[in-house]
Amino acid sequence: MSIGTRSTLLHLGLIALLFVLAFVLPSYHQGNLARIMVLATYAIGYNVLFGYTGLLSLGHAMFFGAGMYGLGLAMQHGGLGVIPAFAVGLICAAVLSAVVALLALRTIGVAFMIVTLMFAQAGYLTVLYFGAWTRGDEGFVIAQSARQIAGLDLTAPTTRYLAALLLFSAALLITARMMQVSFGSVLIGVRENEERTRMLGYDVFRHKLAAVIISGTISGAAGAGYAVLFGYVGATFTSVQYSIFPLLWVLLGGAGTTIGPLVGTLFMFYLIDYSSGLTNAYMLIAGVVLVLLTLFARAGLVGEIRKRWVAWLP
Amino acid sequence: MDFGPHLLLAVLEGAVGAAVLALTALGLSLVFGVMRVVNVAHGEFFMLGAVVAWFVATSIGGHPAVGFVAALALAPLIAALVAVLVDRLILKPVKYDPEATIVGTIGVLYILQQTALMTYGPEARPVEPPFSHRIALPWFEWGENGFAMFYPWGLSTNSYKLFVIGAAIVILLAFWLIMTRSKAGLIMRATQLDRETALAFGIPVSRVYSIVFGLGAGLAALAAVLIVPIQQAHYLMGHDPLLLSFIVVIIGGLGSIRGTVLAAVLIGMSDGIISVFLSPTLAKIIATLLVALVLVFRPQGLFGKKPA
Repeated sequence: MSIGTRSTLLHLGLIALLFVLAFVLPSYHQGNLARIMVLATYAIGYNVLFGYTGLLSLGHAMFFGAGMYGLGLAMQHGGLGVIPAFAVGLICAAVLSAVVALLALRTIGVAFMIVTLMFAQAGYLTVLYFGAWTRGDEGFVIAQSARQIAGLDLTAPTTRYLAALLLFSAALLITARMMQVSFGSVLIGVRENEERTRMLGYDVFRHKLAAVIISGTISGAAGAGYAVLFGYVGATFTSVQYSIFPLLWVLLGGAGTTIGPLVGTLFMFYLIDYSSGLTNAYMLIAGVVLVLLTLFARAGLVGEIRKRWVAWLP
Repeated sequence: MDFGPHLLLAVLEGAVGAAVLALTALGLSLVFGVMRVVNVAHGEFFMLGAVVAWFVATSIGGHPAVGFVAALALAPLIAALVAVLVDRLILKPVKYDPEATIVGTIGVLYILQQTALMTYGPEARPVEPPFSHRIALPWFEWGENGFAMFYPWGLSTNSYKLFVIGAAIVILLAFWLIMTRSKAGLIMRATQLDRETALAFGIPVSRVYSIVFGLGAGLAALAAVLIVPIQQAHYLMGHDPLLLSFIVVIIGGLGSIRGTVLAAVLIGMSDGIISVFLSPTLAKIIATLLVALVLVFRPQGLFGKKPA
């Protein structure tokens, strides 16, 4: 079996497994997994830029927030239905990521990280400043009656789970396909050796620009999905913390692997869920995990498995 | 009150902010300059200084000045020790790899923040200033009776705030003397210029790194001790100093100490003045965007030299 076929089978198998789980899981875990899949979509978006292209951004919360507020404000103040509002969220994230990319990509390394952090901070403050519409920190709730697509009630647990699965599958398959074609190889080339990639005749800037826009748009889709599926929009989701989370999930699962983001998000979510019985210090756990990852498993869970046992893992 | 007195007050407030910011940013700049490490946990060392200052000041009874002086000595020391530990346990094992140190220090940020929440609690608590006298400020005006000096109501400052400004100036001068006139400063500058050659000349680079990281954290903690009598200690207080220090270090040029101090005065003063006259949130948005653009279009900073 070729590597391409194996990867496709792995991804389709994973989606099939998640689909079956929708009807098997007890309701508590079904709800958790729906949330995990939406957050994993965010992590997949982050992985495109950080894992594959090697650009460390600390500003992805602004893309997540753009999708979330694009959809939320369009539904709340524009009275749009779910699907057009979702499109508004996607457009907001795509436009914002294009603008930010054009500016931030002029810098490299540490400066790129700080510039994205600054832009995201400006975004967070903007949400607070326009508190009259966004209700600032407190946020607003999207009414249950509005969260319907053609008679399908997105607030019903199983429907919500399947909608989250749809969002996740789309992001997973799109990025997996992207990494099989030459575009993805160029991104990895940029990560490994930017100069050499340029020397080979590839337009590095345009590839990086495309990577930021794709990454930002997928993150925005996750933000919009989160808002509509869980009915809440708040400024916390645009704060620095929400820029750090996808970094944590991707590192934990394995940067530059297709299924790493889901594994990382799943692992972190349940680690905090189970340990919260012992302590409510979820930040402490996140911190310790980050430090341990830095020290002992730079490749993350899936990355280490790939390194040690299963070399073909995509 | 008229515009003039208002501005005077804003300038004084801005000067206090600038003084504290200069010390905090200096720590970040020193660590980046010598070690090329972006310490994302820098704000948490600031917070640690404030929280330790509260513990020290409240556990020592008597006159508030006694507790304050003890805090001034102990808080930076404890923050520095924690930082040395972080250097030894995390930064050194990853060989100061830029990406790994960023991720590692983010982890340290969370650990310190949550530890503070669990031991110190979520409340904001004040430390009593060692002294605090209201000083009325005179105002001069050319009125109908000619030139006159008077004391407008409300135009006053506080002796402790003046002390903070003075103390920061003294510390900055001392720091500058150490860096330029002492052997320790020479060793740090040598390590900053060329790590390999410094090693070849027998400079214990790894010990220098530990000391520099501790010194950086100590400076942040020292700044925090100075500000707690005005601002109160809180477990989330590290966020703003971190962002502002980033801003200052960028504007000043990464690793340039003179640029850092100049930029701290510029940013601290304008922050103080703008937030008096405009909405503080709007002021912050504008400042943040401006700084991001500085970094985009002039990556070496306003006062920095272009890398060769």
